[in-house]
Amino acid sequence: MIDIVGVTKTYGSVVVVDDVDLRIPAGGITSIIGANGAGKSTLISMVSRLLTAERGTITVDGHDVAATKSDELARRLAILRQENHLAARLTVRDLVAFGRYPHSRGRLTTLDRAQIEQAIDYLDLDALTDRYLDELSGGQRQRAFVAMVLCQNTDYVLLDEPLNNLDMSHAVEMMRILRRAADELGKTIVMVVHDINFASTYSDHIVAMKDGRVLHQGPPADVIEPGPLREIFGIDVAVHVIDGHRIGVYYS
Amino acid sequence: MTRSVTAAPPGRPAALTTQPRRRAALPLAVTGVLLLAVLSLFVGVSDVTPLSLLQVGADSQTRQIFLLSRLPRTISIVLAGAAMAICGLVMQMLVRNRFVEPSTIGTTEAAGLGLLTVTILAPGLPLIGKMLVAAMFALVSTLVFVRILRSLPLRSIVIVPLVGLMLSGIIASISTYVAFDHDLLQTLSAWMTGDFSGVIAGRYELLWIVAALTTAIYVAGDRFTVAGLGEQFTTNLGLNYRRTVAIGLFLVSIVTAVVVVVVGALPFLGLIVPNIVSLAMGDNLRKSLPWVAVVGAAFVLVCDIAGRIIRFPYEIPIGVVVGVVGAGLFLVLLLRKSARVG
Repeated sequence: MIDIVGVTKTYGSVVVVDDVDLRIPAGGITSIIGANGAGKSTLISMVSRLLTAERGTITVDGHDVAATKSDELARRLAILRQENHLAARLTVRDLVAFGRYPHSRGRLTTLDRAQIEQAIDYLDLDALTDRYLDELSGGQRQRAFVAMVLCQNTDYVLLDEPLNNLDMSHAVEMMRILRRAADELGKTIVMVVHDINFASTYSDHIVAMKDGRVLHQGPPADVIEPGPLREIFGIDVAVHVIDGHRIGVYYS
Repeated sequence: MTRSVTAAPPGRPAALTTQPRRRAALPLAVTGVLLLAVLSLFVGVSDVTPLSLLQVGADSQTRQIFLLSRLPRTISIVLAGAAMAICGLVMQMLVRNRFVEPSTIGTTEAAGLGLLTVTILAPGLPLIGKMLVAAMFALVSTLVFVRILRSLPLRSIVIVPLVGLMLSGIIASISTYVAFDHDLLQTLSAWMTGDFSGVIAGRYELLWIVAALTTAIYVAGDRFTVAGLGEQFTTNLGLNYRRTVAIGLFLVSIVTAVVVVVVGALPFLGLIVPNIVSLAMGDNLRKSLPWVAVVGAAFVLVCDIAGRIIRFPYEIPIGVVVGVVGAGLFLVLLLRKSARVG
């Protein structure tokens, strides 16, 4: 369980995250939605100690992220953000292997190696293991990064816009993989998503943010509703149930 | 409640065994460097041959030349070549830009300025003291460079080396002004041009510090690879990014300063060698650092031998040869890269 209590973050005079209280349950997929600048990425960055909160506390399974040693946290929680530029030219296997760093400190054991192979297998990267990241397509590279955070084998996996720059088929593939990781491996996955319909279709829990605050939260049935969506995004969204999924239509 | 990814039956035997051909490649390359080193030992004006060394009662002059000049020279070529190539790679990981190395971001120039300053203010200081002052200057300038980068709003691939070149230019012009003022221009230019002919016993021993520090870099290699993946990546893996970068910059600055004090600048080396090795085998430093060291040493050995042969019995300073060959190779790399990106 991730417990966020009274967390605030400001950039200059702009309050990006405003006194947020939020409890993210263990297990399943939690999606954070909201307009640009709502504070989603900032919040997820504070949970993963990439940023420090000005006020408030964040605990992950009872461990205060501000007080827990970074390498210990790295064995409980993994974060993947969009890095646009990697200087190191690594093969897929090398990258995935670095997911074991918090456990092995670079001296891979047989167990580590087995986990690396399985993470590669899980993301269906077997054919690409010796390819360099700069030779891959955006979708393949994204899969390699997700393989690395899965290889880190943490209970919590935080993803900041994992569908960014993915085309439709790769986006669906990515969401299926994450759903499987949550169901089969028991991971708690927390992610920032822009597409409300992906959030609606694949999440167990949705958190909606606006202006640095949590506006709504709950299962998709509670949040993917015309009323809340209007409050969150400021536009009219018609919600239809298609094949059992709540789909928002907001194109016209 | 989380099941591990390994919960599944043990995967196929870790398919990590490198092909035998690959495993044999590094020892082969090391052997090649050793052969070059032996060749380098016996190139020179004085007639020193393996035979003349072994002859019973060989005249002591031959042996003296060998021990005081030839051997120190070859050892320092290998150490300085390997170290500067490694410094280039570490710098590229820490700054996350392929087009930087100590001589293009002001570190080398600052070491020169430090050496100049200490020569003017405390000419009597032993070499190690001068080296320490040079190292301090190098470190400060490297930190200034990183500080400038941090405050840049736009950190494009081209801006980073440009900022480095500008900083380097500013430091060089300060050095030139000071040297001019103290009538030391020739001395400065001699220092800043890498030259192994002046490396003799009693001077080159400082380079063993370099050997120790590069070993330290190798041991911490994984950390620098991780740093090359960026701050957030590094934090995610539980490493302190700032500390990793600081340690790396510290090591690189000291190594650069020692090489400048003992040999002089070896421009482009840290740029070309890591880029060539990276093309061939990527940047997992644990794997690639030995190669960077070997190729760096080989490159300088070849340049040095060429510099001694081209105008025999005269000698072209290594800095010039490395600079010319390096600039050419760098151009090729640059064009290749942009062709791939375009």
